[in-house]
Amino acid sequence: MLDGFLIGLETAFSIKNLFMVVGGCIIGTFIGMLPGLGPMSIIAIMIPIAISIGDPSTALILLAGVYYGAVFGGSTSSILINAPGVASTVATSFDGYPLARKGKAGKALTIAAISSFFGGTVGAILLVFFAPTLASFALLFHSAEYFALMIVGLSAIAAFAGKGQVTKALLMTVTGLMLATIGEGAQFNMPRFTMGIMDLQSGIGFITIAMAMFAIPETLFLVLDPSRSETKNNNDSKIKDLRITKREFKEIFPVISRQSIQGFLIGVMPGAGATIASFLGYAVERNIASNEDKKMFGKGSIKGLAAPESANNAACTGSFVPLLTLGIPGSGTTAILLGALIALNVSPGPRLMIDQPDVFWSVIISMYIGNMILLALNLPLIPYIAKILTIPRTYLIPFILFFTLMGAYIGQNNSTELLILIIFGIIATILRFASYPLAPLLIGFILGPMLEDNFSRATQLYDGIGFIWERPMTLIMLVISLLMVVLPTLKSKFDKKKNSYFNY
Amino acid sequence: MKLEKYIALILCLIFIVYGYEAFFRMDELLPPILKRNPVWPSTFPKILAIFGFFVSIFILLNIEKKEDSSSEPLDYKNIIFHNYFKVTLLILGMVLYALNLRFLGFVLSSCLFLSFSSFLLGERNFIKCLIIILISTISIWYLVNEVLGIYMNPYPLFLKAFI
Repeated sequence: MLDGFLIGLETAFSIKNLFMVVGGCIIGTFIGMLPGLGPMSIIAIMIPIAISIGDPSTALILLAGVYYGAVFGGSTSSILINAPGVASTVATSFDGYPLARKGKAGKALTIAAISSFFGGTVGAILLVFFAPTLASFALLFHSAEYFALMIVGLSAIAAFAGKGQVTKALLMTVTGLMLATIGEGAQFNMPRFTMGIMDLQSGIGFITIAMAMFAIPETLFLVLDPSRSETKNNNDSKIKDLRITKREFKEIFPVISRQSIQGFLIGVMPGAGATIASFLGYAVERNIASNEDKKMFGKGSIKGLAAPESANNAACTGSFVPLLTLGIPGSGTTAILLGALIALNVSPGPRLMIDQPDVFWSVIISMYIGNMILLALNLPLIPYIAKILTIPRTYLIPFILFFTLMGAYIGQNNSTELLILIIFGIIATILRFASYPLAPLLIGFILGPMLEDNFSRATQLYDGIGFIWERPMTLIMLVISLLMVVLPTLKSKFDKKKNSYFNY
Repeated sequence: MKLEKYIALILCLIFIVYGYEAFFRMDELLPPILKRNPVWPSTFPKILAIFGFFVSIFILLNIEKKEDSSSEPLDYKNIIFHNYFKVTLLILGMVLYALNLRFLGFVLSSCLFLSFSSFLLGERNFIKCLIIILISTISIWYLVNEVLGIYMNPYPLFLKAFI
């Protein structure tokens, strides 16, 4: 472990990689601040650039930097203009914006930055201990367990989708898995569902699907509903004093410590992610606060600001645990990162730590560096970075679309891919209108080949599907995933019946 | 019927076609030796087709209780027609950009696409717009081509013979 750690240290502190962390954090902060653009779109746009770098550690360090930067940038726009750039910073605006309205925007930003830094750092420390343990445990897994584990991951993502959304998320997951079967599979060497189109022989590009699912719908929504990209610049939110007092720090310290750990644990669970972590963090802190403090929540409480900020950053780091140790993404963002790693010929999983320690450890170490950079670089620069909020939408929207199209073109170098991107972009926009969650589709699409691969291998080894009941761990995991999907659906059905009974 | 059910219906039909292909047509091409394997290329698609079919039927039959409509990101009925028109034109612009990228070259096609979409979204200061677009397109081309080393033809195809 120590050897790997030292190799990682060397890789992460190389000039090139340090430059990538700084660059990634700055780009992420800039774009994450723009209302309506989530980290998934930003990472999707950045992938072709990361892949063209060629070195997997550098690429992943860049993308991870963009990810933290985007989450940090999102909280800045939540505080300054009450327009969260990303879903995980919605809870930040509950108390961040009231603080800014009171003329304490600078203080709010400092608290957000410190909380994010703590959350991210605690998350990274926990990751150092969690990841190797989980990876050594995962080494015991066979293809049957991997198959079951992926099913658990996919069902967890559907189960966390929320009330009334489980079947929709499931349908999207299956659609993603279906799209993944198009083209020539690694197992069978025969084209499937290509409809005779030559360009589909190698399947649909993952970058194309990622951009079509996130970047295009989000941008088209900005045109359809102009209020989404409105930046209400008011004088109340001018950034003046960035300092916080010792007393204030003492007040938020227990909150930050609690929420960093809680956020990390939520982030580790597949499907939960930073958004749930931040809302839960806010709710928990409000519930355990004294009556006096409770009244302040929602009106500019510093505890209410610190809780979601530390929780969402810790959860971002936590979501790397299943990705790096099991090769299973817990969220849409980590699914995109997984796709990028596969494109770079790296197969994340328990063997990553042994086979490519430089990738594994350098990413973890770059998280520390990224957090420090966000604190040291962004805090003094925030007043200037915030100027991006004044970019008119007449330039913003065309350029986002342009980068999206160019990203798909760079990745594949053919115009057919662009047309596929546009078609899927339109479909994704319609799906979003009907509130179908799109992250499960992408996760299904990325996990599809691996799921089929492990299923086929296990079936071949056991000459049938006997592995399901012959391997207890597989059976347990499959039962868990079944319960995760069926219980919420049955519960809602039961509630519905009960309600209609009482209505009569 | 609500939009989500229309989508579920379309996906259900897609799964039926997908399942038909997997159950009845795919295995025709399979060499006899591979038929001894417990897994065929059609095995996984068959499972997906059945599963996808039932899940879409679940949505169509409203088995799961829905949350309030407040969770919907944007109601398509509330959007004014003018914005739909803008989006249609933007998509058309993207299609034209995709089709002409090779023929017109990166710089010209990108400038045309960006200025068209800026104009569509309300930019009327043409000189400022053109300067911004030209500078950014050329610098992006330089970054991609020279720094990242990904070749992109900057000139129109018909000018290539002269350059």
